[in-house]
Amino acid sequence: MIGLFKVKEKQREQAQNATRGGASVKKQSAGELRLHKDISELNLPSSCTISFPNGKDDLMNFEVSIKPDDGYYQNGTFVFTFQVSPVYPHEAPKVKCKTKVYHPNIDLEGNVCLNILREDWKPVLNINTVIYGLFHLFTEPNSEDPLNHDAAAVLRDNPKLFETNVRRAMTGGYVGQTFFPRCI
Amino acid sequence: MDAVDVSKSRDLDKLLLRHGNLVDPGFSPGPDLRDDIREYVKILVVGAGGLGCELLKDLALSGFRNLDVIDMDRIEVTNLNRQFLFRLEDVGKPKAEVAAKRVMERVSGVEIVPHFSRIEDKEIEFYNDFNIIALGLDSIEARKYINGVACGFLEYNDDDTPKSQTIKPMVDGGTEGFKGHARVIMPGVTPCFECTIWLFPPQVKFPLCTLAETPRNAAHCIEYAHLIKWDEVHKGKSFDPDVPEHMQWVYDEAIRRAELFGIPGVTYSLTQGVVKNIIPAIASTNAIISSACALETLKIVSGCSKTLTNYLAYNGGEGLYTKVTDFPRVNDCLVCGPGILIELDTSVTLSKFIEMLEEHPKLLLSKASVIHGNGNLYMQAPPVLEEMLRGNLSKPLYDLMGRVQKDTIHVSGTSLLNEQKQSFSTKLRVLFKGADGVADMDTAIGA
Repeated sequence: MIGLFKVKEKQREQAQNATRGGASVKKQSAGELRLHKDISELNLPSSCTISFPNGKDDLMNFEVSIKPDDGYYQNGTFVFTFQVSPVYPHEAPKVKCKTKVYHPNIDLEGNVCLNILREDWKPVLNINTVIYGLFHLFTEPNSEDPLNHDAAAVLRDNPKLFETNVRRAMTGGYVGQTFFPRCI
Repeated sequence: MDAVDVSKSRDLDKLLLRHGNLVDPGFSPGPDLRDDIREYVKILVVGAGGLGCELLKDLALSGFRNLDVIDMDRIEVTNLNRQFLFRLEDVGKPKAEVAAKRVMERVSGVEIVPHFSRIEDKEIEFYNDFNIIALGLDSIEARKYINGVACGFLEYNDDDTPKSQTIKPMVDGGTEGFKGHARVIMPGVTPCFECTIWLFPPQVKFPLCTLAETPRNAAHCIEYAHLIKWDEVHKGKSFDPDVPEHMQWVYDEAIRRAELFGIPGVTYSLTQGVVKNIIPAIASTNAIISSACALETLKIVSGCSKTLTNYLAYNGGEGLYTKVTDFPRVNDCLVCGPGILIELDTSVTLSKFIEMLEEHPKLLLSKASVIHGNGNLYMQAPPVLEEMLRGNLSKPLYDLMGRVQKDTIHVSGTSLLNEQKQSFSTKLRVLFKGADGVADMDTAIGA
């Protein structure tokens, strides 16, 4: 290719300030393009809404709020932050629960134990599947994969008490030593 | 002086001054070729770590005179076993600067410009100054970035063949312990990173609940301290793997956790390894892979031999195994593919454009969402974004794309190609008829 390189070098010397025909603006990464497609195809249940705190051009950071219409968590509103890396979908989005919640699979720091966010993530999955996965956590909390150990034990051993605890937490109150702000 | 010169490049001369049977069709041997390589070829080495040090040395000794090197890191003590351009007294200095200086001291006539900078912080045009980009990186993210930049320079002819003067070749090396790869990427000709992204295995991630409840090995204890305990104790303060105190804290917590569960094997270096996802680097693997990359660079430039097609895998773990695979390109790759050529009038509005996509025989794309380098132009969903972008529909696409004669744009939606409804995403090459390519600020075009 040396011939080409020489020609190019001479062209550059001759026309330092020539305007290029094509634009050399920054292009979106493959990850951003895939995310754009994912988001434009979102098909959310009416109980889920999405928002973009940084405006229309930052799709890599967004929030999803889920308001379960059934189960222990009915009528609570739970906000999740999504952080999507440039290597998406090679890597799963990073998801945290912003709302403090009494839940066996979500700890008090907002870490979420959902298999498709970590060990079972595959690039064929998408933002829609993750949101449905999160939604599912509220309709079917699962005492076998605990992140909040105490909540999991109560759900397993005394579902009635668990229900009372969830209600108390969602209306704003203490469960044991922990205070939960109102989210209903 | 002449005699010294000849003896110094004796081995190179055997490749560059004589004809051969395996040469590239365009190869024209002779002293001019050797001199032109010195004068005209400009190479960027990305990364001045284990591979980068080797690459710089190899390229300088292969007769290249104009090199640049870019790296954002500073030298650490643990680099010294393999990053042989660095000395103990260099610890804390920028890798790119020290590497450039050391090679220039040892190889006369070579000019190396260091850039102590993140690759993302350089202007896109910076990368266009180089004839070849040689990559000595350790992350998929950085590779994807450079790949996007290099493929961004690629332009296609009307018949979908790449314009040869816009091809920015990349030579990529990578190592992990005793394994490595070297590959040649000619955007538009051989597969780019995105075409073969599946070659990189996904990272192993432990389930959070295993970390929290049932740790079974040392790595589980470390990840517990890193991912769960850190946030619990340091409210809002994010963990920085490059701050030794942070690492020490995670190590101490991991030890405590391991003792609680009776798990052996947590060490400080394992903690670093797990948290930073480090695989021990082997100096000889780096040397082998870099030499393959340097040789490919010389072959691309001179044509003294056909180039590697297109991926060399090396495994020195058990015995030695190496194989070259000719991976195929993905023709509709969003990054390096030609996309579909569309000619438009400068007056076509975004909504008219979206309508046209529905009838385009190669697309049959309905409900299209549109994105361009300048930003997100239109999305069908979710309603919150659709509303924010609706105002663009009545504007001319020419204006939305920054009033250039031609540029690429990406669209996605539902396609009816092959009489099947399917989710579809593609690149388009938009060419505006009657635009001269120069943005004219004085001419206002009404919407």
